[in-house]
Amino acid sequence: MLSSSIGYYALILGLISSLFLIYFCILNFRDHKYLNTKILSFTFFQFLFVITSFISLIVSFALSDFSNETVFNNSHTTKPIFYKIAGVWGNHEGSLLLWLLVLTLFTLIFLLKTKEQPLKYRILTILFQQIIIIGFFIFIIKTSSPFNYIFPTPKEGLGLNPILQDPILAIHPPILYLGYVGSSIIFSSALAATVLSFINNNWAFHIKKWVLASWIFLTLGILLGSVWAYYELGWGGFWFWDPVENVSLMPWLALTTLLHCILVLQKRSILTSWVIILSISTFTLSMCGTFLVRSGILNSVHTFANDPERGIFILIFLFSLIILSIIIFFFFHKRNESENESFFWLSKETAILMNNWFMMYFLSVVLIGTVYPIFLDVITSEKISVGPPFYHKLIIPFLVPFLIFMAIGPKLRWIKSNFDNKLNLIFVLFFSILISFLIVKNFDVNFLINLTIISGALYLFFITIRDFFIKKNKNNSQKIAHFGFSLLILSIMFNNIFSSEIITNLKVGEILETSNTKITFNEVNQKNEKNYKSIIGSFTIETKNEKTEKFKPELRIYNQPITITSEADIKTTLVSDKFMTINVVQNQDYFNVRYQVKPFMIWIWLSVILISVGGLVSFFKKEYEK
Amino acid sequence: MKFFKLLISFVLIFNLNNTYANDNDLNHKIIKNLRCLVCQGQSVYDSDSDFAISLKIVVANKINEGLTEKQIYSYLKKKYGEWILYDPELNKNTYLLWLLPVLLFLIGGVIIFKRFKIKNK
Amino acid sequence: MKNKFFLFSSIFIFVIIFSIFYKSLHKTNIYTPSVKLDKKIPEYSTEVLNTDKIISYSEIFDTENFYFLNIWSSWCVPCRDEHYLLMELHKDKNIKLVGLNYKDNIDNAQKFLKELGNPFNIIIVDIDGVQAIEWGAVGVPESFLIHKKKVIKKYIGPLDKNLLIQIKSLIK
Repeated sequence: MLSSSIGYYALILGLISSLFLIYFCILNFRDHKYLNTKILSFTFFQFLFVITSFISLIVSFALSDFSNETVFNNSHTTKPIFYKIAGVWGNHEGSLLLWLLVLTLFTLIFLLKTKEQPLKYRILTILFQQIIIIGFFIFIIKTSSPFNYIFPTPKEGLGLNPILQDPILAIHPPILYLGYVGSSIIFSSALAATVLSFINNNWAFHIKKWVLASWIFLTLGILLGSVWAYYELGWGGFWFWDPVENVSLMPWLALTTLLHCILVLQKRSILTSWVIILSISTFTLSMCGTFLVRSGILNSVHTFANDPERGIFILIFLFSLIILSIIIFFFFHKRNESENESFFWLSKETAILMNNWFMMYFLSVVLIGTVYPIFLDVITSEKISVGPPFYHKLIIPFLVPFLIFMAIGPKLRWIKSNFDNKLNLIFVLFFSILISFLIVKNFDVNFLINLTIISGALYLFFITIRDFFIKKNKNNSQKIAHFGFSLLILSIMFNNIFSSEIITNLKVGEILETSNTKITFNEVNQKNEKNYKSIIGSFTIETKNEKTEKFKPELRIYNQPITITSEADIKTTLVSDKFMTINVVQNQDYFNVRYQVKPFMIWIWLSVILISVGGLVSFFKKEYEK
Repeated sequence: MKFFKLLISFVLIFNLNNTYANDNDLNHKIIKNLRCLVCQGQSVYDSDSDFAISLKIVVANKINEGLTEKQIYSYLKKKYGEWILYDPELNKNTYLLWLLPVLLFLIGGVIIFKRFKIKNK
Repeated sequence: MKNKFFLFSSIFIFVIIFSIFYKSLHKTNIYTPSVKLDKKIPEYSTEVLNTDKIISYSEIFDTENFYFLNIWSSWCVPCRDEHYLLMELHKDKNIKLVGLNYKDNIDNAQKFLKELGNPFNIIIVDIDGVQAIEWGAVGVPESFLIHKKKVIKKYIGPLDKNLLIQIKSLIK
């Protein structure tokens, strides 16, 4: 009871401090010598209010205070304390509060970390940031308050969706939000810099850190979501081109593009308009994602409660931000004369533009694929689905030149370049094609597609490895990230080609023998846990050339809410994952058993981690070339 | 050279594993392309709902009866609408879906190439 | 001049996108296959409950009568709820009821009918759910009103009193 009131009033106070902040910002902006200390202190207070509110929600969850509607809807007394707390952001209201918390935190950090930047720019950024913050405050207080009362107080809560009761999913939203919210700083700062004509190499140098930070968080956030889907949803896949996944991929693509493009700005002070557009679209895409997910207009496995009122609010808010940024862009942005200069075709700028070109294409595929069914439904009432085959068909052919540009691009110099050891590059290309041919030829899979992609990926792979040895650490972050990407594509391809699976129905005691695998269903055990009952199947699998292995896939029947989940038993080695799930079949005494061998699974995760390590190296690198 | 040997042995390992390859590739390809009507975010392949389990049997039966991939799709489309296919066909409803990304790619290309110069002044 | 053109056209585009999103907010995101009326009944042969007889659909729905095909199962809770409505419909002489027993255990199905009564003129068995798909059904319960070998109405989910009145007026 008490903590709910504290939380609620802390939110109101947070909103009020926003209004004060805007007032001080305008005041300080006119008369500019020093930063008004009140701005700093109010930013700090605002953060304090939001964190108070957040902590009081955590307390309500931890104490299972069911007079709070959010707790009632999403918690249960028998839930372990860890999931009671993780449940705070496992629902719509709480996750928005978390978002707001990160937003205020980042605003504070921005203010503290930009002391050497021009005063007006800092103030204006804070001003734009406060507009976003106010939007979120009103959104939370009006439509999604986590502190609503229920009277009379229920004795028991409704429980958290069991598939969300998972350690990885507990940290996935916070990390992802760090990425999303980081992009809000980029958005505000780009608008502020546009107004003040401050889009230049100094700004690029300073904002690059923020771009990198949000990029790293977003990468890791997506990775965690993917890992979770892999073992929790029990299908053995890791990316389904589900709308909600796409929605997190879009800002990532925009951010990756920005990350490359900002280098050109930093180095040559050109492409200013493009950088501004990218900065704006990164955050807009994050918000658009929030809209699509929270309004429930998408049909996805990861659903939030469906509430049109919330949808309308975010929609209006999102489009006000878009219109505001369009107006600022058109009225304030002036390009330098020197920008009209064209590029020499063989230079680093060109390579980066190539990257941007392809990235934008990938982004447009994902964006159009995700929203097209919505548009078609509204305009013609025809309903279609856009799924994995669409994305594969449109993305894969473009991946090959992309990989090759990715290998060659970093070797070029700024302004004007030529190839050193051309022969070497061509030799490696042939070598990659040869290896790829040897790998692919034994499989009656789509020969040409696999051959070209694996060649492309191998090319990038060998070239980056060579670069590690030849060019002594000039740009390690780039090498690590590109190497990681080649590894990612290779692992995905190999995973695809060499995966195998057995799907069958088995009763206890039955044995299934295929040409090289023997599955024995030994027994079924039941176990009662605190908040679920589990049925554990016990299997032995013998393969021709390997030793016998035991598998214990599990079915969990959660009590609150009553849900059956299937917990896969996964044996991970460096070479492959072995993955087994069972499922009950309606009214039958057999189980549906699915056994999969997925080669190089762990390499997919590792290579994504490697990619973000690349970002991390760049983040901590001392810039010698300011 | 060591690296090269390692690579060759890798390739050899893969060749041994070749026996893993599935006999029912067509079946998988089809059910991965079908969207489950019960758990609407999943493909029939991924889903374990009653509907999906039955649909898997139906697809297997139809393949045995000798229907082609396209015939199976049109059979299911008649019953459940175009929505059931994850891979939308190119028709008047989906021209934009398929062509707009490629069109954008071409426009982007024109914008970029206009700023190139072949010779350095 | 050029700037203004871009400004207005981009605002225009975003306004259109806005209104489309706005409209879509009020649409449901759950897909139900639209009912194409006057659809012919599928061609299929099936087992009849409790007999070894195999009978084709065209034999079952042979007369000019109205038929009401109901997909049900003993494990399905909503089926239990709608059952009394089927009993009531059974009294109507204008219609014959056909039960499609979906993925059920025969003993349980019989217990179910003993307990609640048997409204069906004939019960056909669908052990693996294949027939339900032939009918274009998604789950249980689901019902079809059939006339002259054509499906004239489809009901997804359990029936209620209003639907029963509607059906009765249709078959008069």
